[in-house]
Amino acid sequence: MSVTAQPQVRLDKPNVGDAFLSVRDLRVHFPTADGLVKGVDGLSFDVRRGEILGIVGESGSGKSVTSQAILGLHKGSQARITGEIWLDGHELVGASEDQMRSLRGDQMAMIFQDPLSAMHPFYRVGAQISEAYLVHNKVSKAVAKKRAIEMLDRVGIPNPDKRYSDYPHQFSGGMRQRAMIAMALVCDPKLLIADEPTTALDVTVQAQILDLMKNLQKEFNSAIILITHDLGVVAETCDHVVVMYGGQCVETGSVNDLFYEPEMPYAWGLLTSMPRMDRTRQERLQPIPGQPPSLIQVPKGCVFNPRCKFTDHVPGRRCFTERPELLPTSGGSAGHAVRCHIDPDERRRLWAADIQPTL
Amino acid sequence: MSTAATRSDAPESPSSPADDTDALLRVSNMSKYFPIKQGIFIQRQIGAVKAVDGVSFAVRAGETLGLVGESGCGKSTTGRVVAKLLDPTAGEIYFDGKDLAKYSRRQMREMRTDIQMIFQDPYSSLNPRHTIGTIVGAPFRIQRTKTEKGVKAEVQGLMERVGLNPEHYNRYPHEFSGGQRQRIGIARAIALRPKLIVCDEPVSALDVSIQAQVVNLLEDLQNEYGLAYIFVAHDLSVVRHIADRVAVMYLGKVMELAPRDTLYSTPMHPYTHSLMSAVPVPDPKKEGRRERILLIGDLPSPINPPSGCVFHTRCPKYRAVLGESDRERCRTEIPLLTAKAPQQFVACHFPEVRADIAAGEDAGITAGTESGTGTGTGTTAP
Repeated sequence: MSVTAQPQVRLDKPNVGDAFLSVRDLRVHFPTADGLVKGVDGLSFDVRRGEILGIVGESGSGKSVTSQAILGLHKGSQARITGEIWLDGHELVGASEDQMRSLRGDQMAMIFQDPLSAMHPFYRVGAQISEAYLVHNKVSKAVAKKRAIEMLDRVGIPNPDKRYSDYPHQFSGGMRQRAMIAMALVCDPKLLIADEPTTALDVTVQAQILDLMKNLQKEFNSAIILITHDLGVVAETCDHVVVMYGGQCVETGSVNDLFYEPEMPYAWGLLTSMPRMDRTRQERLQPIPGQPPSLIQVPKGCVFNPRCKFTDHVPGRRCFTERPELLPTSGGSAGHAVRCHIDPDERRRLWAADIQPTL
Repeated sequence: MSTAATRSDAPESPSSPADDTDALLRVSNMSKYFPIKQGIFIQRQIGAVKAVDGVSFAVRAGETLGLVGESGCGKSTTGRVVAKLLDPTAGEIYFDGKDLAKYSRRQMREMRTDIQMIFQDPYSSLNPRHTIGTIVGAPFRIQRTKTEKGVKAEVQGLMERVGLNPEHYNRYPHEFSGGQRQRIGIARAIALRPKLIVCDEPVSALDVSIQAQVVNLLEDLQNEYGLAYIFVAHDLSVVRHIADRVAVMYLGKVMELAPRDTLYSTPMHPYTHSLMSAVPVPDPKKEGRRERILLIGDLPSPINPPSGCVFHTRCPKYRAVLGESDRERCRTEIPLLTAKAPQQFVACHFPEVRADIAAGEDAGITAGTESGTGTGTGTTAP
């Protein structure tokens, strides 16, 4: 039974029928001894098959909580989840644990950040992959083993029949991540969620893994949600982006919208504070002042207001009193939406005149 | 084939990076092997992990040497050996003219006022049972340094300098965020006004928006106190921002060592090319146009590194470009780190300048100048 709150998000998007995954006004709140932690507070987005959506945010932005909510990993905990998550016609927030278990691995799968802790150290890698296949398909162990070896080969692990019998610790970091991708894809899921899949890897291995993911995505036509804090990775792989801050989406749009026409001060801050190899070197980096917000004492009004340099561009101190809506904006693609009180024309002017030239 | 002239006896630049006699720190042919032992009662050494294998470089006062490379290249181990947290197996470490390699712990104790370290993990590098005051004040007590107004006043001054509230003197590390803890570590490191600080991936564990704050702080402190840094990192973008010269390491050896702008605009070593082409650029249109050099396979084990040039097993040039007699040379002859261009040291038999790799052809970055053509707009691109 999902408590359907009135959707606060008015997005210029097609109806749910188009999207493979549709998240509508998701809220995940954790009651703790210190207070109610609003991990995710009103998030909506769609992902279509064949598309890669990037969720960008820093620690505490709510991106991992979102992905865990989609997979139903909060069920059974104290978390209070409201909103709707539609996966190919199934509603997930209200689904039972049994329904979730049949969907997990089969329709949707997850790749975690640290493959060493995500895999069971006592079981052989091949067995873990076969297990995923056996749970969802009535086949013999031999068939499952063959399938697992096939997947290991597909993800580029040399000598897959030998490596089938290795333990996770016998793999290198990049190989382990490939093995985890194999495990996630063994049942041909239509939705893949990759939670910072390359953060723990070296940059050359990262390039190999991202390349692999893009190829596999083309092959399987999967929908992929890629969670990351690295804007370079987003530029390389994603089609659409959701920028999260303080448990909310503050800007969403195509990847070109985010990099060439961003309209939210937090997005500006992310772009200007990164040291970049492809631009003239700046004398000094321009960090976003302050720190990410507490999710218990969420700032009143706009969640970004303590760190925003542009609050004086909004009359009447609205930034401090009223939470802005996520509204479509005319700049950029059709799905471009921004959560900010600054007048859209003013935002575009600020970007073109003040921010972009400094990049 | 090599397109750059091999000038190993160029008059204005030394033939080995360690020949810079004016430098504050000179590391010459330093190696660190970790023995692998076997046996129940009597442990016999059956092999060694060659974490660092014959590394030479120099750092001048007030400058930053960036040490980049991937996991297992030996950059962290090099940093720790320079700070003498580990003793080198071979080689010399000249600091202010004195060879520290053979110094005992007692002899090193005096040197610790001059050489300090900042660690990667802000959570494990501070003793959770000590207050900030104790942690930042420890250097004064250990070295018995005299202070004008007392240790507490010094510590509060340092806290303020790194951007912390001096009133939090009696708080514990767990009450601070990751970025703040890293600032505490920095305050501790600069307490005794060292000459050299080894920064071991100081911003890797921090959020992107906090990284910029800490990098700016490190730069400000460098300008104010005349500090030299050895900045160990795997993030090439951050290193480009902060370093004056950069050394690229692979499997325990230095592959290339050059001034920053030179390295990022005209890298010569195939490994440097691969590393740079692998860094994703936060610009979708450029990303789509860039050439990617993907390395095949996994890093070889440092227990049994490849013969000859350690990179030859994964080198794109070895695999695709070179003829058989050239390859033979890569397999059998270890390339020395020598100057192939003024100030640019490369350990390769066939170095080649690739200016197109690092940033894309319209970046406008040229060696030796700070200003580019400043194209940066991208919205005008078709």
